[in-house]
Amino acid sequence: MGRYVLRRLLQMIPVFIGTTFLIFVMVHALGDPVNALFGDKAPDPAVAAQIRAQYNLNDPLWLQYVKYMGNLFRWDFGTTFSGQTVTSLLATAYPATLKLTAVAFTIEVVFGIGFGLISGLRRGGVADNSVLILTLVVISIPTFVTGYVLQYLIGVKWGIVPATAGDPLTLQSLLLPGIVLASVSLAYVARLTRTTVAENSKADYVRTATAKGLPRRRVVINHLLRNSLIPVVTFLGTDLGALMGGALVTERIFNIHGVGFYLYQGIVRQNSNTVVGFVTILVIVFLAANLLVDLLYAVLDPRIRYA
Amino acid sequence: MPDQDKYNEADPLSEAGTGEEEMPSAVESRTFDLGTMEGQSLIKAERLADHPETPAIEDRVVARSLWQDAWRDLRRNPIFIISGLLIIFLVVMAIWPGLFTSTDPLKCDLSKSQQGAESGHPFGFDTQGCDVYSRTVHGARASITVGVCATAGAALTGTVLGGLAGFFGGWLDSVVSRIADIFFGIPILLGGLVFLSVIPSQSIWIVVAFIVVLGWPQLARIGRGAVITAKQQDYVTAARALGAGNARLMLRHILPNAVAPIIVVATIALGTYIALEATLSFLGVGLKPPTVSWGIDISSAADTFRNAPHMLLYPAGALSLTVLAFIMLGDAVRDALDPKLR
Amino acid sequence: MSTSVSSASAGSRADTVDSSDAPLLQVNDLHVEFRTRDGVAKAVNGVDYSVRAGETLAVLGESGSGKSVTAQAIMGILDSPPGHITGGEIIFKGRDLLKLGSEDRRQIRGAQMAMIFQDALSSLNPVHTVGAQLGEMYRVHKGSSRKEATAKAIELMDRVRIPAAKDRVNDYPHQFSGGMRQRIMIAMALALEPDLIIADEPTTALDVTVQAQVMDLLAELQAEYHMGLILITHDLGVVADVADKIAVMYAGRIVETAPVGELYARPAHPYTRGLLDSIPRLDQKGQELYAIKGLPPNLLHIPAGCAFNPRCPRAQEICRQEVPRLFQVTENDGTELAGRGSACFFWKETLNGE
Repeated sequence: MGRYVLRRLLQMIPVFIGTTFLIFVMVHALGDPVNALFGDKAPDPAVAAQIRAQYNLNDPLWLQYVKYMGNLFRWDFGTTFSGQTVTSLLATAYPATLKLTAVAFTIEVVFGIGFGLISGLRRGGVADNSVLILTLVVISIPTFVTGYVLQYLIGVKWGIVPATAGDPLTLQSLLLPGIVLASVSLAYVARLTRTTVAENSKADYVRTATAKGLPRRRVVINHLLRNSLIPVVTFLGTDLGALMGGALVTERIFNIHGVGFYLYQGIVRQNSNTVVGFVTILVIVFLAANLLVDLLYAVLDPRIRYA
Repeated sequence: MPDQDKYNEADPLSEAGTGEEEMPSAVESRTFDLGTMEGQSLIKAERLADHPETPAIEDRVVARSLWQDAWRDLRRNPIFIISGLLIIFLVVMAIWPGLFTSTDPLKCDLSKSQQGAESGHPFGFDTQGCDVYSRTVHGARASITVGVCATAGAALTGTVLGGLAGFFGGWLDSVVSRIADIFFGIPILLGGLVFLSVIPSQSIWIVVAFIVVLGWPQLARIGRGAVITAKQQDYVTAARALGAGNARLMLRHILPNAVAPIIVVATIALGTYIALEATLSFLGVGLKPPTVSWGIDISSAADTFRNAPHMLLYPAGALSLTVLAFIMLGDAVRDALDPKLR
Repeated sequence: MSTSVSSASAGSRADTVDSSDAPLLQVNDLHVEFRTRDGVAKAVNGVDYSVRAGETLAVLGESGSGKSVTAQAIMGILDSPPGHITGGEIIFKGRDLLKLGSEDRRQIRGAQMAMIFQDALSSLNPVHTVGAQLGEMYRVHKGSSRKEATAKAIELMDRVRIPAAKDRVNDYPHQFSGGMRQRIMIAMALALEPDLIIADEPTTALDVTVQAQVMDLLAELQAEYHMGLILITHDLGVVADVADKIAVMYAGRIVETAPVGELYARPAHPYTRGLLDSIPRLDQKGQELYAIKGLPPNLLHIPAGCAFNPRCPRAQEICRQEVPRLFQVTENDGTELAGRGSACFFWKETLNGE
């Protein structure tokens, strides 16, 4: 187990460096932040030079990256051009996104696995076909369409839950955005669970469990579902990225001032420090989540642990 | 008793049929045996020899190849037929939008802004007073082009890199896998928001290139896995033992067997790429006017959705239907190619 | 149709067989079919056999002959759909299992009848320790505590002679060798000391050297607990040493039954004869080995008449017309050979080797 963890951690280092560097390059190489700052006006050369010096913009790109990463490890993400520190902006933005993602993730796991299990156990039945068709429809309709339509129907027309999540965020106001954000991932989780459950229900060890005279419930939960969850957990890890991307869309629809909102502002104003800072944080969260999933994978599957 | 000589002539491997051997019955081999053409004629010949008086033994019990089996399955699958027809329809619409509408999607009349359906304009008008029907028809081109080109690019890059990594293993595998991990580490929508926002001009090809850059690792992983599985099959070892070179092994023995999962994942990815393009356009970083795109139309209709829902629902419906068609196709192909789930 | 074999003729092992009248398990005219997309595959077409306590019945046949399906029907673990039991009865300790509710059957499974599967690696759950999987029997059927169950599991592992059982109880199946895994399967089947054990090709997946050890262990434990044993196999070699009687299956039917020694000496069905002739023999070194020609029948389209007729060297017109019932096999002078039956119109000729 220890060796496995160590190996995964070591593999993570080049990925982390590569990913953050890629983002850094994309943001810095393709737009001149100083020009962006001044917008359409021609910048005063002296002021521009001062800003360039302040943000290390005269260094070669790789050196800028190294300096940036150095600061990052001291929890210094730099300041925006308007003088606010990126970290303070993050502190404002993150709780909302975290809450939204948590609500969505819970919905995704509970209902995705639940529907998938029901569907996989009764393959070909009414429940199975309904789940298949519904998930297909949900996957096909882009999140932003689902978002607007549900917001209109549930929030505006029927007024069941608030149409926009105001301040402060309550669980109730996050329910609809959470469902919208979770919907596509939920559908994938349900389909994946269905497939693995259906596949594993023909496995020899499930037959053994039945032959042992175990009650159906125990066969399903202890043997069938337990084994089927291994690929689902892997999917949940990689899907966290989609969930974060989707949060940008959902936050925009439901007017939630989270990471997506500020990131969007940063992009519109070409505020590279904000963009790099926010995206780097998101990528770190994503990579950390994937590492966590890898460890969970080893916990769930002893064959990995002792390999 | 059938003629022994004839039997032996038809079946050079007749000594294989000892009672001691575990011989799969025809029922089992039908599902799991990826029999070759040679295998088919062999069994047929055997049956002919066994029943000289009844030569017409059912063709359907004969072992078929994976692809023949899949094709036979697909032809009978209504989901495949529906999605296939839908895709043909959409592709025709993308290539020759003039067949469906003679209205110019860019010729707009502000006085008709947000008006509902009228004769000659079944879907009504958008905020600019443009014909929604015409824009919906013309929007197919952008979506289909992005979807098809991005998938082709990602699948090609992914299959070649992933396939080579899986085939040769070692350092090449490590390098390709780590590079794939790096690109995989960037959530695609997040990456799109950052990368595409810094590129000033958004043509279709920029969007395609971006999707290929962030999309190939997924297909490379699938390709790598499929090649590794195929490589370990006994017939590959046998071909190697008979002196087949790497190129021959890869093209003739591994590729045909590894390509099935890639096709399945690529078809489903095509649908999601179309949705991705629309989402990027919705966020304002994908395609830009005057390109006609469903994503752009949905985005501009979103603000006035409560007053004029038709502006959003028609392009959104077309988009969803397109994505649905490709995902259904991928699903049907997967079901046909994956005998495990039968 | 009389197929139940009286124990008197079973030779030296007969003294261990319970000679009371009612057999432990009696299968009567069992029919099972699989409804697939390509049609209905008739996997079992009227099987009769019986096992007494302490007795070993070997069921012999190629894959697809229905031997495993019959066993799954007895255990009640037939995959349904597509499998359906369409007729017959399975009488176990006086009760027809097919008439019991699913909860009653579940309580019998594992506790009163248990099954050993062919591939222990895939038949054991890879994500649970062997201790947990063995202990599960006690936890579910006896309501034991976790601690008691683990203690019992160690005891069982000792019983099937797994070295250092105490240290290995928390290991996972993939950490054991093939032979050790099969011992764990056996231990699991024995856990609640069932009356009947069905072993489905228990040694096929093992190395030849380990096969004998595992078979010996199984036979020893069977004798000790006085259990009925159904040994399903396609390997004539395995059968000879441990079985009391043999039932040969072909295309979902029993084509021949006989006490073990007699079957080898004088088979009364051309299929059995073919199987025996296709075993390599030292005294026939250099000669071409006999092979039954053709393929096992397609269960979707079983040949009319005797299912074996397309492959049979003795086939006549009647074999293509009529399904032979299981005839009582007699000596030439008409004395019945106890426990012997053959589903061949020409059993007499086959028996006499004409």
